[in-house]
Amino acid sequence: MIPDESAGSSLIVRVTCRIVARLIQIFALYVIFHGHYSPGGGFQGGALLATAIILLRLGEGLRRSRREFNPEWAMPLGAVGVLIYAGVGMADLLAGGNFLQYEYTPLPEMNAAQMHYWGILIVEIGVGLAVMSVLVAIFDRLLEGQNDD
Amino acid sequence: MIELIDDYYAYWFCFLLLTIGLYGVIVKRNLVKKVIGLSIFQSAIILFFIIAAYKDDSTVPILDPRIEVTNADAYINPLPHTLMLTAIVVGVATLGVAFALLIRIYGKYATLDEDTLMERMK
Amino acid sequence: MILGHLAVLSIVFFFFGAVIIPLVSRLGTWVPHAVAVATSAIVFVINATNLGYVLSQGTIRYAVGGWQPPIGIELVLDPLSSFFVLLLGGIAVVVLWHSRYPAAAELPGRTAPFYSATLLMLGAFSGIVLTGDLFNLYVFLEIAALAGYALLGGGSARAAVATFRYLIFGTIGASFYLLGVGLIYMGTGTLNMADLSAIMAVTGVEPLLVIGFVFIITGVGLKMALFPLHLWLPDVYASAVSSGTALVAPLGTKVAAYILIRILYFVLNPDLSRFQLPFTQVLGILGAAGIIWGSIMAIAQKDMKRMLAYSSVAQIGYIALGIGLGNTYGFIGAVLHTLNHACMKACLFLVSGNLLAAGRSQSIDALDHSLRKSMPWTSLSFTIAALSMIGLPPTAGFFSKWYLLLGSIENSAWIYVLVIVASSLLNAVYFFRVIERLYLPRGDVAAEEAPVVVADNRPSLVAPVVFLALLLVVLGLGNVIVVRQLIQPMLPAGF
Repeated sequence: MIPDESAGSSLIVRVTCRIVARLIQIFALYVIFHGHYSPGGGFQGGALLATAIILLRLGEGLRRSRREFNPEWAMPLGAVGVLIYAGVGMADLLAGGNFLQYEYTPLPEMNAAQMHYWGILIVEIGVGLAVMSVLVAIFDRLLEGQNDD
Repeated sequence: MIELIDDYYAYWFCFLLLTIGLYGVIVKRNLVKKVIGLSIFQSAIILFFIIAAYKDDSTVPILDPRIEVTNADAYINPLPHTLMLTAIVVGVATLGVAFALLIRIYGKYATLDEDTLMERMK
Repeated sequence: MILGHLAVLSIVFFFFGAVIIPLVSRLGTWVPHAVAVATSAIVFVINATNLGYVLSQGTIRYAVGGWQPPIGIELVLDPLSSFFVLLLGGIAVVVLWHSRYPAAAELPGRTAPFYSATLLMLGAFSGIVLTGDLFNLYVFLEIAALAGYALLGGGSARAAVATFRYLIFGTIGASFYLLGVGLIYMGTGTLNMADLSAIMAVTGVEPLLVIGFVFIITGVGLKMALFPLHLWLPDVYASAVSSGTALVAPLGTKVAAYILIRILYFVLNPDLSRFQLPFTQVLGILGAAGIIWGSIMAIAQKDMKRMLAYSSVAQIGYIALGIGLGNTYGFIGAVLHTLNHACMKACLFLVSGNLLAAGRSQSIDALDHSLRKSMPWTSLSFTIAALSMIGLPPTAGFFSKWYLLLGSIENSAWIYVLVIVASSLLNAVYFFRVIERLYLPRGDVAAEEAPVVVADNRPSLVAPVVFLALLLVVLGLGNVIVVRQLIQPMLPAGF
C-alpha cells in the first residue's frame, strides 16, 4: 500500500478494488442462496463476503471503508447470526418438533420439502452473517495498532 | 509390494503431508512455522477423508438427470465431504486464535523464535 | 417427551447466553457476569431434572432435527452422561458466581468476551457429554478447545505463551481424534456410537478399527493430560486468569475422561477393551506413572497454582487408573473421583483466586499465618479441600481412593496399591507444607501483634469456597448414597 496524501492507495488500485468487491459480493450471495442445492452454503458465502470487505479495507483504507462496514458492528452482528441459527432451532422446538426439525418451522403453509428448503436457507443466511462478521472482526483486530491506511 | 504403493498412492501422499506437518510443529523453532505445520497437518487429515470418499467411475454428488435416482453407486460418498467442511471451519478458527496469541506474544516479548522466547521469559 | 427437549436445551441455553452477552454488554459492567450466572443456574436446574428423570425412567435418546439415527445426530441421556452434565452445571454455577471480582480485577474492561468464551466452553462441554455421534463429539471438542484457548490466553503475555503451547498440543490431539473417526468410518460406515457397537458386535474387530480406536484414545489422552502427554497443563493452569483456571481445571480434563469411559466401555465391548486389546492395561500403567510423576513434581513447586496444576496431573492419573482397572470398584472409584476432584480442585483454585484478590502473591513462601486471622473462611476451606486431596476420612477424597484401592486389590495389582498409598503420602507432604504456613506461627512475634485486616468480607468470594468445602464433607459422609443411586446405574454391561 502506497501512502500518499489522499490517504489511500493509488487510483487504479482503489477503483479496481471497488469494482471487484461488488462482483465478489454478488457471487457470495449466489453461493449462499444455492448452498443447499449445489456446492456452497453459509460458510463459503460468508467467507466470500468477508473477502469483499477486506478487499475494500485494503484498497481504500480503514477510514473510507468504515462506511461500508463499521468495525464496531462486527461482534454484535456475529452474535445476531448465531442467534438466527439457534432461533430457527428453538422455533422448531416450540412449534412441536425436535431442535432444528425444519418441518415444524412456523412459516406460512408449505409442504415438508419447501419447509426444509426455507428452514435451511434461513439458517445459512445466519451462518453467512456470523462468518462474515467474525472474519472481518479478526482482520480489524489484527490491524488495530497499525497506522490507519 | 508395488500394488501397495500403486493402488494407494493417494494415501501415501496424505501420510507424507501428515509427516511434514508434524515435522514442522515439532522441529521448527519459529512459532509461525509451527502454526503452518499445524495447518498442513490438519489439511492432510482433511485430504484423508476426501480420499476415502472417492469411488472409481463415479461422479460428483449432485443430482445428474442422466443417472437414475436409485443408483447411488454412481456418486461419490458426500458424507465425508460435509464432515470436512466443518473440519475446515475448525481449522480456520484455530489459525485465527493461534495468530491472535502470537500477536500478543510478539507485542510483549518482541520475538517469535522459541528459544529466544524462553530466554526472555525468565 | 418435553424432557427429551430439555437435553438439547441444556446445550443450547449456554450458546444463547454466550451470544447474548456481546449484544447486551453495553447496558452495564455487571451484565455479563449476571447473564453468565443466570444461564448456568438455569442449565443446572435443567440438568438436575434430567438426571432425576433418567434415573427413574431410563435412557432418553433425542434425535436432533428429527432425523433418526444412524443417519441423524442423536443426544443420549443415560445415567453416565446425566451425571457428568450435572457436574458441569453445578461447578459452573459456583465458579461463575465467585468470578465477579477476580475477573473484573484481572481482566479490566474485558469481562464480556471472558464470560462469552466461558459460556461457549461450557455449552461445548455439555455437548461433548450428551452427544451420541462421534463426529459431533469432535465438533464440540474443538469448540470447547477454542473457547478454552480464548479463556485461558486472554490474560497476561505469559498466559498467551502457555496457551499457545496448549493450542499446538490440543489441536494435534483433536486431529488425531478426527483421524481415528475417519478410520472407523472407513471401516464400518457409521458414526453413531450405538450403531457402531452394534456393528462391531457382529463383525468383530479388525485391525483398521483397532488403529482407529488407538488414534482416538491417544487424541483424547492428550486432551486429558494423561501422563506423557500432560506437558501443556502446568504452564497453562499456572499463568491463566484464576477464574479461567478454576473453570477449566475441574471440568476440562474430566470431560476427556468421560470420552474415554464412553469409548472404552460403551462403544467398544467391555470384554474387548479389557481382555482382548491392551487398552485398559496401558491406561492403568500410564495413570500410575502420572500419579507418581505429578505428586513428585508438585512437591518441588514454589508457586501455589503450579503446585495445584501438577497435583491435577496426579489426580487425572487416579481417574485413568480407575478406568484402567477394568472392574466394578475401579469404575466406581474413577467416576466418584471425577466428582470429588472437580469439587476439590474448584475449591483450591478459587482459594488461590481469593488470595490474589486479597493482594497476596501466589508464592507459597509468601504465605504466613496472618492469613488464619485475615481470611479465616478461606483458610479453613483450603484445609478441608487439602485433607480431601490427601484422602483423609470423612472427606470425599478418602472414599474415591478407597474404591480405587479395593479395585486394585481385586485385580491383585499390588503395584497400584503401592502407588495409591505412596502418592497419598506425597500429597500430604506438599499440602501440609501450605497448611503449616497457614496455621503455625513462624516465631515472628512482632508480626503477630500487628492489626489484622479481615479480607474475607465479600460474600461472593467467600461463600462459593465454603460451599465447596462443605460439599466435600457431605459427599464424603454420603458417598454410599452417591454410589448406590448415581453410579451403580451407570455401570457398563458385564461389570
